[in-house]
Amino acid sequence: MEGFLNQLAFGWFPYLAVTVLIVGSILRFDKAQYSWRSQSSQFLRRKQMLIGSNLFHLGILALLGGHFVGLLTPIGVFDFFGIGHGFKQMMALVVGGIAGVAAFIGASLLLHRRLFDSRIRRSSSKMDILVLFLLWLQLAIGLATTWWTMQHLDGSEMVLFMGWANGLLTFNPAAADLIIDAFWVYKLHIVLGLTIFLITPFTRLVHVWSIPIMFLVRPGYQLVRSRGAVRKPSTTPTHGQPGQAPTYGGPSVLRGEAESAQ
Amino acid sequence: MKIRAQIAMVLNLDKCIGCHTCSITCKNVWTNREGVEYAWFNNVETKPGIGYPKDWENQKRWKGGWVRKKNGRIEPRIGSKWRILAKLFANPDLPEIDDFYEPYTFEYEWLQKAPELEAQPSARPRSLITGDVMTKIEWSGNWEDDLSGEFSKRSADANFEGIEKEIYGQFENTFMMYLPRLCEHCLNPACLAACPSGAIYKRAEDGIVLIDQERCRGWRMCVSGCPYKKIYYNWSSGKSEKCIFCFPRIEVGQPTVCSETCVGRIRYLGVFLYDADRIKEAASVEDEKDLYEAQLSLFMDPHDPAVIEQARRDGVPEAWLEAAVRSPVYKMAKEWRVAFPLHPEYRTLPMVWYVPPLSPIQSAAEAGKMSVNDGMPDVRSLRIPMRYLANLLTAGDEEPVARGLERMLAMRAYMRARTIDGRVDESIAERVGLTGATIEDMYKIMALAAYEDRYVIPTTHREDNEDAYVLRGSGGFTLDRNTNGSSKLNIFGGPKTTPRRSPFMDVST
Repeated sequence: MEGFLNQLAFGWFPYLAVTVLIVGSILRFDKAQYSWRSQSSQFLRRKQMLIGSNLFHLGILALLGGHFVGLLTPIGVFDFFGIGHGFKQMMALVVGGIAGVAAFIGASLLLHRRLFDSRIRRSSSKMDILVLFLLWLQLAIGLATTWWTMQHLDGSEMVLFMGWANGLLTFNPAAADLIIDAFWVYKLHIVLGLTIFLITPFTRLVHVWSIPIMFLVRPGYQLVRSRGAVRKPSTTPTHGQPGQAPTYGGPSVLRGEAESAQ
Repeated sequence: MKIRAQIAMVLNLDKCIGCHTCSITCKNVWTNREGVEYAWFNNVETKPGIGYPKDWENQKRWKGGWVRKKNGRIEPRIGSKWRILAKLFANPDLPEIDDFYEPYTFEYEWLQKAPELEAQPSARPRSLITGDVMTKIEWSGNWEDDLSGEFSKRSADANFEGIEKEIYGQFENTFMMYLPRLCEHCLNPACLAACPSGAIYKRAEDGIVLIDQERCRGWRMCVSGCPYKKIYYNWSSGKSEKCIFCFPRIEVGQPTVCSETCVGRIRYLGVFLYDADRIKEAASVEDEKDLYEAQLSLFMDPHDPAVIEQARRDGVPEAWLEAAVRSPVYKMAKEWRVAFPLHPEYRTLPMVWYVPPLSPIQSAAEAGKMSVNDGMPDVRSLRIPMRYLANLLTAGDEEPVARGLERMLAMRAYMRARTIDGRVDESIAERVGLTGATIEDMYKIMALAAYEDRYVIPTTHREDNEDAYVLRGSGGFTLDRNTNGSSKLNIFGGPKTTPRRSPFMDVST
């Protein structure tokens, strides 16, 4: 039974979560882009936002990047560059710890104002509150894992998780077995993280896909849109003042003149 | 030279009575929805006053518009693109809804449902955001109407710069004017420049600046970027919204709702032909006081054959060229020089211009201490300080505003001489650098202000911009599918399809 649950949570659930994340996001982008936004609440209440949001976003982006690089890079790459497992574990602990504390403080501030500021509470959807609470919980669990990580600073546990993540990436059916003996706090962290992936397309979190990097490469500042002319209007330069001489592209004769010539 | 056309607006403040009809009709049409209850695409402010949102003209605080750097280039005041992205998570320059006001309604139903009580039932205000009872309304969209409030508060108005403002706090010296405000549909919009998503754009065919609601991601940088604070964040939808210049009406040749309903007939709509190649150059001139002239130099003479030829090459439709000749806004802005841009020092090259208001002369004139020519007093003795108007309209340069007001006074004097004394006095016109014929034209457009003279709006030539053959038969039932069988890629609607035959094929008629 335990083997089956382990396979369900760490062998199959990751594929479901990531598939829903990607396909769901594409579907929503294609069909309901009006709903695709960050839904910032700064305009309703500035308090706690400047510190809270900056700490949270900078921290969580660092954590996201750290987890991706740290988990998905094959261990062989680190070995090739001569980076020891213990050293990598230490780095992850220190950098992740700092980013985690920053993000956790930020998330706590944001969660506090979302729950207890009536303006933000009333203008929040249930999903807005749920997703922020899950992120806060995930950060708390993530920070909690550092205590157990300190028990084995040689990086052995970390290598197992890397193997699991790499196994998923290479569709290795035995990937989940690698972490069957891992401590439950880590497992909870993984399951919750994947759950957040799963619900992302249905929440405001989709704005993570829209980091406006292209702004930096936009030439100049101004944007002018024309409807995309299908047919250039006749551009033959003609003849006379507007409103008096009809311009059909050729030499034009005023009606009055034409009739008087007869 | 690249000629583009824009439908622009001029507001004759000399005739504005501050009735707010423009604001109300606009609100009823466009912003009567959750999330934008607080938003007024058009609002009327009493000046002097700090305005809506509070203190909007103080760009040291809100960082709107553009700044010219030492190297002569301009960039948004909120910062370069990197700096803008750095403010994405929390924007320190963003106003809060309380800087506009917390929208509210009253418990009207309670007045009808209340049982017999010892005291009269009252309709208490309730917030439209939280639904809670508001104990006291501290601020609203038009809190300073008709100089309500203390002088000490409204004297924070940024237009008092360079003025010894204390004397205007005295009852005998006080002054006021109305300032209806809407989106300026700038030639060099700062909101657009600050939008990280590229959702804001200026339409090539009529110059209207719009926000693509599908592409807007709610980063809110446009709210900071716009120095007029005329972009509103919809807290419900999470998207920014702004005045759309009633483009569905403009496209069919109708005036905007605010113009149509203006009881004072103060609004004018017409075509400007402008040189799109020189926008950056004009917005970058060194001295702020030169910005007014620089923007004027962008407006091309619609009578000039070279301009007409170039405009035709650039695809400006013939009807638009004709409208440009009759354009009331061109006449007021460029030919007569009685209309001025609002805060040209923001370097956005705004396209809603204002005719400054005349005001009663100070008592000194009545006491005979002042020279009066044909009933024309020195404009510098008018009650509204010239410097105040100049700070509002010409970056502090008093001379153009004084000349504009002199011409308006000359128009009155000339017409008074003609209609009452029966005497056509060309010398009045000459004194302000005009001719009698010009003054007659000014009188017709600015004083009589017939509907067809105020609104010279050519219809949009959709056939030049869209494939009219494809549009035929699209009565609305097909939703997003074109009738000729073409469709965009849509994961629910099947693959992208293109029509088998060319829509350009000749069709016998």
